[in-house]
Amino acid sequence: MAIEQRDAPAADDLLKGLWRENPVFVQLLGMCPVLAVTNSAINGLSMGIATLFVLVLSNTLVSLLRRAIPREVRIATFILIIASFVTVVDYLIQAVSLELHKSLGAFISLIVVNCLILGRAEAFASRHGVSRAVLDGLGMGLGFTFALLCMGAVRELLGSGTLFGVAVLPDAFQPWVVMVLPGGGFFTLGALLLLINHMQARRAASAIPVEQA
Amino acid sequence: MNRADVIATDSAPRPAWQMYRAMVGVGVVCALLIVAVYLATLDVIARNQVEALERAVLEVVPGAVRFAQRDDLGQPVYAAFDAAGALAGIALEAQGMGYQDTVRILYGYDPAREQVVGLRVLQSRETPGLGDRVETDAAFRANFAALDVRLAPDGAGLLHPVQLVKPGEKTQAWQIDAISGATITSSAVARMLAASAAQWVPILHARRAEFVAPKEATDGD
Amino acid sequence: MNDASLWSVFINASLVNNFVLAYFLGICPFLGVSGKLATATRMGAAVTFVMLVAAGSAYAVNLLLEWAGVPYLRLICYIVIIASTVQFVEMLVKKLSRALFRALGIFLPLITTNCAILGLALFQTNREYDLAQSLVFALGAGAGFTLALVLMAGIREKLELASVPDVARGAAITLMVAGILSLSFMGFAGLGAG
Repeated sequence: MAIEQRDAPAADDLLKGLWRENPVFVQLLGMCPVLAVTNSAINGLSMGIATLFVLVLSNTLVSLLRRAIPREVRIATFILIIASFVTVVDYLIQAVSLELHKSLGAFISLIVVNCLILGRAEAFASRHGVSRAVLDGLGMGLGFTFALLCMGAVRELLGSGTLFGVAVLPDAFQPWVVMVLPGGGFFTLGALLLLINHMQARRAASAIPVEQA
Repeated sequence: MNRADVIATDSAPRPAWQMYRAMVGVGVVCALLIVAVYLATLDVIARNQVEALERAVLEVVPGAVRFAQRDDLGQPVYAAFDAAGALAGIALEAQGMGYQDTVRILYGYDPAREQVVGLRVLQSRETPGLGDRVETDAAFRANFAALDVRLAPDGAGLLHPVQLVKPGEKTQAWQIDAISGATITSSAVARMLAASAAQWVPILHARRAEFVAPKEATDGD
Repeated sequence: MNDASLWSVFINASLVNNFVLAYFLGICPFLGVSGKLATATRMGAAVTFVMLVAAGSAYAVNLLLEWAGVPYLRLICYIVIIASTVQFVEMLVKKLSRALFRALGIFLPLITTNCAILGLALFQTNREYDLAQSLVFALGAGAGFTLALVLMAGIREKLELASVPDVARGAAITLMVAGILSLSFMGFAGLGAG
């Protein structure tokens, strides 16, 4: 019984970010990178992983220091911590692959102003222990990565007929160039939100009779 | 525990020294972290950059196996040498406004043949499927395999300026065929090449004897 | 060194590579504040103003960092100067004009986390703009941001009266409209080349 009680919130911390409170599809946070770098699946995935990395590390440090940081200066401190980890990630990506760094461009540095990261530091990590903060960061980061990967895969598949650079659609397919252009980012995200709204509306509709019963 | 935290932090304002201590403490931790990672990745990043540059230079100067950078001419110039250590060509960068944004190119010039021998787009944000064909279109790229940039007899300028013509109308070795459907980007590439060649070819040709292979071992990393 | 003319920098920042519609910078206020025409104009003015101040400061700080040889502190310094610029502008506006403060006041804190400002500072550094180019770049980016915001607000005011399906209300339809706007802005491509 005791174990179950301790397990339930831990699993929930991890899982809520993946779908129920997905940062992109449900909370609409951190839209800049979602639209800007998702013209291919690999770009979306790399950006997601970079954000996940920063999110987990900043959550960890904020949670560790939460008793030492006075309330009055907490936002400034959080931003300092986040900016440091983003700088670290920027150099790590340059070391791993210059090509990748070039295609993500200034958007790696712009992780700093991703409201998702500051939001999790303020709303969760500064109020919970390290293990829960890490799980929360991991869940939210994975949810964010999942959203970016979805966007990137859809746009690359329709816009270039490839997936991770491998041609998957037959040659007869005429790529919809618009999907890899900026406009395509807006269309894809709009369409995905439509889909999710539709699914939620259906779930809500089917849930009402159950509650009444 | 959660509630206890909130109550504790909402109590009386803290003395200023605690805030200073927290900010400075976090600052020190962050500074240590950044400097450590910066130093750890410095060598790897520098090596990646040299490798990327080497790939680009060796691509625009066919037959070259290594290169040496020269910085004293006002813009970096990359002299590329073949296996025997003879000058195979000189690569340099040019940039200009494309359809969407700045386009940067690297091209190779062979002073012995007085020709542009290769060209590669380093950076562009041109429309996929249209403007980015300057990077992929084989017919367009063939323009730069042996583009005539002979000097005029007085050595001060090109005998024939590099010229862009309509697709399929190339008749002279100093002309570039545009890509139909990507006219603006191909003319932008031609324009920046023409401007850069008019400025640099006379200088490079006059000083071609200065470019000698460095003495080090021929197999770079 | 970047030899782009001031005119071409301005046209590029405002129309050809519009910050919101081509670079997706400042999407949060774009989706949040574009409901009413009047608020959109004020938000645009506030952002343009902060951009100009931030561009000047970022240029100075970058010179200082290069002189000191610590490029790895750039991001932290930029974030700090943007946050303090916003604070400073807020105090200044409060002192100088109550009317202006009432008009811009509530937007100023929001601007700190607006990625358009940090994006501007990073782009101007990457492209090695000089001081005049940086300021014109900021002016163009601000003008483009305002234009996109005002266009969007105008469309959304009309959209209030349209019958949009329930599932598409809110963010989904706004994104679709933004996509169409973004496509139409592609018609400006090539303008900045001359």
